[in-house]
Amino acid sequence: MAVMTYREALNQALREEMRRDPRVFVIGEEVGLYDGAYKVTQGLLKEFGAKRVVDTPICESGFTGVGIGAAMLGLRPVVEMMTFNFSLMAMDQIVNTAAKLHYMSGGQFSVPLVIRGPGGPAAQLAAQHSQSMETYYYHVPGLKVVRPTTPMDAKGLLKSAIRDDNPVIFIESETLYHLKGEVPDDPDFLIPLGQAIVRREGTDVTVVAYMGMMYRALEAAEELAKEGISVELVDPRTLRPMDTETIIGSVRKTHRVVVVEAGAGFAGMGSEIAAFITEQAFDDLDAPVERVTGANAPMPYARNLEKLKTPTTEKILAAVRRVCNANGS
Amino acid sequence: MTTQAIEPRMELEQHLHMYRQMAKIRAFEEQVNELYKGAKMPGLAHLYIGEEAVAVGVCEALRRDDFITSTHRGHGHCLAKGASVNRMFAELLGKEAGYCRGKGGSMHIADQDTGNLGANAIVGGSAGIATGAALSAKMRGSSQVAVCFFGDGALGQGLLYETMNMAALWKLPVVYVCENNLYGEYTPCGETIAGEILARARAFGIQAESVDGQDVQAVHATMRKLVERARRGEGPAFLECKTYRYYGHHVGDVNREYRTKEEEREWMTEHDPLQTLAQRLTAQKLADRSVFERIHTDVKAEVESGVQYALAAPYPEANEVDQDVYA
Ligand SMILES: Cc1ncc(C[n+]2csc(CCOP(=O)(O)OP(=O)(O)O)c2C)c(N)n1
Ligand SMILES: [Mg+2]
Repeated sequence: MAVMTYREALNQALREEMRRDPRVFVIGEEVGLYDGAYKVTQGLLKEFGAKRVVDTPICESGFTGVGIGAAMLGLRPVVEMMTFNFSLMAMDQIVNTAAKLHYMSGGQFSVPLVIRGPGGPAAQLAAQHSQSMETYYYHVPGLKVVRPTTPMDAKGLLKSAIRDDNPVIFIESETLYHLKGEVPDDPDFLIPLGQAIVRREGTDVTVVAYMGMMYRALEAAEELAKEGISVELVDPRTLRPMDTETIIGSVRKTHRVVVVEAGAGFAGMGSEIAAFITEQAFDDLDAPVERVTGANAPMPYARNLEKLKTPTTEKILAAVRRVCNANGS
Repeated sequence: MTTQAIEPRMELEQHLHMYRQMAKIRAFEEQVNELYKGAKMPGLAHLYIGEEAVAVGVCEALRRDDFITSTHRGHGHCLAKGASVNRMFAELLGKEAGYCRGKGGSMHIADQDTGNLGANAIVGGSAGIATGAALSAKMRGSSQVAVCFFGDGALGQGLLYETMNMAALWKLPVVYVCENNLYGEYTPCGETIAGEILARARAFGIQAESVDGQDVQAVHATMRKLVERARRGEGPAFLECKTYRYYGHHVGDVNREYRTKEEEREWMTEHDPLQTLAQRLTAQKLADRSVFERIHTDVKAEVESGVQYALAAPYPEANEVDQDVYA
């Protein structure tokens, strides 16, 4: 184990996979000469050369399409979105081509492609640079969607994504890049896609959260422990396919659930989680599933409004207290 | 198909082969129209009749392991690249024996064995795949070339210019083939295309040419030059083929009030790709009517047996519905 930042863990994953497999290459804006807009690709150009670290013009649709074609024909591209907000420019290529090609061709072609970059709420960057893009993608059959919360997950999940034969949407976070944590050195350390993790065991209530929201939920859990409420924290890590088993298992134990998500609540991740819990574990619930979500508005710029739009630790605390009092316990 | 000078006899054989391919596409598409009119074919089909010389002239200049990407009007491209009539019909009828196990249909036929990376029903949508295939060929040092077919309508799409820009920057072995049939759906292309088409490609430093898309020999000769150039590593090219679709935008577009009957008649009688080639070879005394008649008889028989095969073939099993969502 080494201690490193989330950014360094991603860089290490890319480097190890590029060393292991000559078919892996990186393509996107600023990934080469500039070493990445957020320095995730630092040093890769120097080690692997311009053939495998390809700087592109500013054309998300174009370089994503090129990545798809290259993936269909023997290569394993890692496409960098400078931020995931810009992936909307490539939405058609991702949804209509990458996600559907294997199915539409009757299994003839596959698209082993990773599209990665930061996404989710940033700090006062306003509506077009601060949004939770995973919602747009996890609805699409044929895509896998990953949101790694810790440096260890960032490394293990990115390596699995690169080795996966499907298009994987891998959304990091600007606000977590500097976060430090333990990361295994083993170049074959992998975390399988579709496997949730229980980050903290508890008995009274299950809180489902990922990325920045997980850290707020942790804060809340510590606070609640002082009040005698024992919180179990589940991080899905992969949103599609989702490890429903782990979440359901936790619900059967705690009988209460709060789902936290940064994005707008309407038809969000919490809606889906609440739905499958209702379908599979209705009789286990002692209270309705609570959701703590971003407000149903674009992200405002002003500091105070940004805070109102975002699920804060206080809002999580309030929601947990609500579900725990729901049957008078 | 080869870069060496072709002997006259081989050249004639190649021309007759191209005639056969065009005749096959026409017979196939006529059958598709019949199936549709007889309510035996579901969905929607965009017929290629009238444009046969483009697909055939282009694909004849390619190796089997070269790549093509196709469009909503794609049956001709698939057949010209070597797809089998049986499996094409099976796909159109949604049968398991089809190229995509009945899950793609008319607008999504792909055939890995012949380098057909698939038809894309999004106008301009396959420019990324074709350019990426060329990038892959270059990175792997494979000497393969990719061809991107698209209509004049796709000239309005940004993706095309994004990918042409990268193809030019990186000297990728890709040829962008614009099938300019004068209409995008029901709108004449004069209403949608500003300036000069070739100038758009030339602005990127891409070699650009225009050719009579009804003359298969001309398409083939020009394409061969552009493909070999790309194969030598000299970069991408753009080929505009001026052509015309005889039928409507799709099988249900029968009145075609957006264009005149005189215009249609002129293209069909003065610029028909099959007649043009047959007349030329006949005038040069290289072939006579019986040769062409035999070809038509052959391809009709192939198409007839293909459609019977597909009609009799089973639909996909129920469990196919969520098979192949993930690799
Ligand atoms: C992105 C997109 N917009 C609109 C359509 C609907 N549409 C299907 S074919 C077509 C016209 C295409 O014209 P052109 O590219 O000239 O091809 P042609 O049909 O003439 O062969 C349109 C607008 C589509 N399939 N994709
Ligand atoms: Mg057109």
